[in-house]
Amino acid sequence: MPGLRINMEKLISRFFDLQDADTLSLYRKEGGYAAAKRALDLKPAAIEEEVKRSNLRGLGGAGFGCGMKWSFVPRNTGKPIYLVVNADEGEPGTFKDKYIMTYVPHLLLEGIIIASWAVGIHKAYIYIRGEYELPYLKLKAAVDEAYQAGLLGKNILGSSFDLDVVIHRGAGAYICGEETGLLESLEGKKGFPRLKPPFPAVVGLFGCPTVINNVETLSYLPFIVKSGGDWFAKLGSEKNGGLRLFSVSGHVENPGVYELSMGVTLREIIYQHAGGIRDGKKLKAVVPGGLSAAILTPNEIDVKMDFDSLKAIGSMGGSAGVIVMDETASMVEALRITMQFFAHESCGQCTPCREGTGWIYRILNRIVRGKGRLEDLDHLIDIGNYLGGTTICALADGAQMTFLSYLKKFRGEFEQFIRKSHLKENYANT
Amino acid sequence: MPTLKINGQDVTVEKGTTIIRAAEQLGISIPHYCYHPGLSIAGNCRMCLVEVEKMPKPQISCHIQCQDGMVVQTESEKVKKLRQHVLEFLLVNHPLDCPVCDQAGECRLQDYYMEHGLYDSRVNENKVKKTAKAKPIGPTIMLDSERCILCSQCVRFTDEITKTGEFGIFNRGDHSEIGVGKELDNKYSGNVADICPVGALTDRDFRFKCRVWYLQKTESVCPGCARGCNITIEANLERPQHGSGERVMRLKPRFNDQVNDWWMCDEGRYGYKFIDHDRIHQPIMRIAGAVRQVEWDEIVDDFLKSFKKLKAKDEIAVLVSPQMTNEELYLAKRFFAKDLGIEQIYLVRNKLDGYQDDLLLRADKHPNRKGAEWIGFVEHDKQTNALLDKLGKQFKGLIIFGQDIVSLFPNRNVTDSLSNLELTAFIGSNYNLTSECVQYVFPAATYAEKNGTFTNFEDRVQRIRKAFPALGESKTESEILRIFADKLHFEWPYKTEEDVFNGLVRSVNLFQGLNYKKIGTGGIKIS
Repeated sequence: MPGLRINMEKLISRFFDLQDADTLSLYRKEGGYAAAKRALDLKPAAIEEEVKRSNLRGLGGAGFGCGMKWSFVPRNTGKPIYLVVNADEGEPGTFKDKYIMTYVPHLLLEGIIIASWAVGIHKAYIYIRGEYELPYLKLKAAVDEAYQAGLLGKNILGSSFDLDVVIHRGAGAYICGEETGLLESLEGKKGFPRLKPPFPAVVGLFGCPTVINNVETLSYLPFIVKSGGDWFAKLGSEKNGGLRLFSVSGHVENPGVYELSMGVTLREIIYQHAGGIRDGKKLKAVVPGGLSAAILTPNEIDVKMDFDSLKAIGSMGGSAGVIVMDETASMVEALRITMQFFAHESCGQCTPCREGTGWIYRILNRIVRGKGRLEDLDHLIDIGNYLGGTTICALADGAQMTFLSYLKKFRGEFEQFIRKSHLKENYANT
Repeated sequence: MPTLKINGQDVTVEKGTTIIRAAEQLGISIPHYCYHPGLSIAGNCRMCLVEVEKMPKPQISCHIQCQDGMVVQTESEKVKKLRQHVLEFLLVNHPLDCPVCDQAGECRLQDYYMEHGLYDSRVNENKVKKTAKAKPIGPTIMLDSERCILCSQCVRFTDEITKTGEFGIFNRGDHSEIGVGKELDNKYSGNVADICPVGALTDRDFRFKCRVWYLQKTESVCPGCARGCNITIEANLERPQHGSGERVMRLKPRFNDQVNDWWMCDEGRYGYKFIDHDRIHQPIMRIAGAVRQVEWDEIVDDFLKSFKKLKAKDEIAVLVSPQMTNEELYLAKRFFAKDLGIEQIYLVRNKLDGYQDDLLLRADKHPNRKGAEWIGFVEHDKQTNALLDKLGKQFKGLIIFGQDIVSLFPNRNVTDSLSNLELTAFIGSNYNLTSECVQYVFPAATYAEKNGTFTNFEDRVQRIRKAFPALGESKTESEILRIFADKLHFEWPYKTEEDVFNGLVRSVNLFQGLNYKKIGTGGIKIS
């Protein structure tokens, strides 16, 4: 295909293929912790500057510039600054952080050291998703190893810099991946996202200035320190620096984690890297950035997978969880399951999200049971229009985006489903 | 001081003021459920969304602080539509049980539906079942969690005000449910029924006694302790068939940021029963072994006759109480001390000291000890003991203003002492052991049945107002003293309680410059 560009460079995922990359010895043999050592010799401001030049974006899903985020943290409040590592990877269709923590946990720790040095942090909390048993054990082992090797704790790598890392396991709520919900949970409270302002950079964990970064974001820092911000920026597309890990799942031949340039197209991911649609079937729909991102149709897949390009076509880069559906997928059922997820995971604070997601789910349930009416669709759209944009956090915004995209792009299928179910009065196959 | 425009009107506010407060200053009310000025901002109900120019999304006015040059719309078509939808969402799982809900009539779902909703229901789905239906969660409060809109005011109240932390929100999404982790049994539990905007938390004492639209409300002051919390007496006068003929249905706190903010304690809130129970309806005379209910003329004449029989002024003692209003104390002083020359006037408590905390409750359970002090009455336990010692010896007559001295001094055998006296009189509203063993019982009004003023422990003079006429034949202490004065031809110039207060102002320095109008609804602190 003309214009196709396969980026063969691998950074993080290179370690996925190495035996025992989770051990300190192998990680060091592969050059690990050299970047941290180097960083500790640099001025913190120089690292922040390098990260800004790298165009490294927040890879947890929001895509906020990493260096910019650090620069919002006030340094002279007299309070400690905390680093909170968001490892609560809960966005359906996303499993990249799991790979990092399982296969190369020291890379994350090295990133943590660099970020902490850059911002002036002496305590980092890793909030890891409760269901991640193996990643937790690997990460725990890595932290222990790092402490023993003088890579964490007092006087890291012979410098005068101290850093402690605490791992905290979540208890199973999606909303605790929302950064302020995460902070509440970490403080021992119910995971209710906080009203903003104030933002966590100013008032975060335990009321102190806090940097919250995703696992993957931090894991790219050693490469940026090693090879420079400009080099990293060039790997990606405009304003979207570097590579990122795409979690590809669904009806493709080769699902998995693919580390590709931000500038890769969705078509390349599906057909070039993931081996195309399984059994030679036709593509029907694809979620580009985790369940909260608007669904795309086959004629939208030439979009570049960076944050800005996806935003421009009304979807989002999100957590880069690519969920591929072939022609056998029922959009009605897919949406029902999607909304079941959001209804189940809504924290229940804000009225529109709490009541709206559940209400929509129950209507979809009725439709799937064969009791739908055509007027339900307009009604659903009207509810959907008031679901997002009015709540404390972005859960409802994501639910709204994905929900409305299904109804807009596959309305014909919904109508047909309702008409047919009236004939059959029964829909047993989904 | 930022200046902003709300619905086209300019307003300048203190830095840090939220939009909802700024709008209030312009008389623009923005509907809300979770916002309470006395609690932290939760921002969860989303009812107070407004449009702010240059901000892409609608903003919650309870949280966003005013900025200079802000342009806010609270009544635009978009805002109206948003409100309508928030209401629709709130009602998706809310039962349609207004006819059997005790909140009806003061329910913000009902009110806002009429103001901002008025859409046709589109809910065809079953409602999410909640677990607690009419479940008592403590001695004072009933929980109906299906009616709850999860505004979290009760959670914040028990976290931030009482710091007892009983409430929490359990589960997630539309299965979220309000609940308690331990019994809701704190000194201020009744307030959660006040702040609950819907029928989820109702007052077990008030539930189903009376529909709220039958209530007549009178501003008053709680007589339960020295704090003097501002309250509203809510009475049912038109329909005696409701609530077994009781008049007072409930007391509610009335906002006063100098005294009690929005709150009151349970002790005060539920301490109103004496107004309609165990009341003395008619004058009673116990002479020569016979107990008779009599008319006022007879008891007054007879009492004054016995009174005159006592040889010397120093044979009579009078017990006034810090439960009496400033006006009553002043009249008592004028009548007994000035006009009759009786010097033995003692201030004696009628309740023992109780619980005290940093929020509202005071150990001194009398509303007007400070006022009594200003008028010249100070309680000394030594004096009280000496008085009890002298009963039947130096003192042959005793006039008691309401105190149950038999119960208050259980070790002093007061009953016998009283029976040895030549003259005993009790002026009070309710039966007690003391009223049972005196010769003359004058039925007096309760605080709910009279006008007057109390001075709280922080030197604030506050008004109580008459909510309804005194029960039966009872009269206010002022009236009773005026009848005495009339019979003795003292020619007092007082027709009303206000006249008495003006007399008090003229004679007691600390009250100088005050009048009823100045005291108003919030009281005045004397510095």
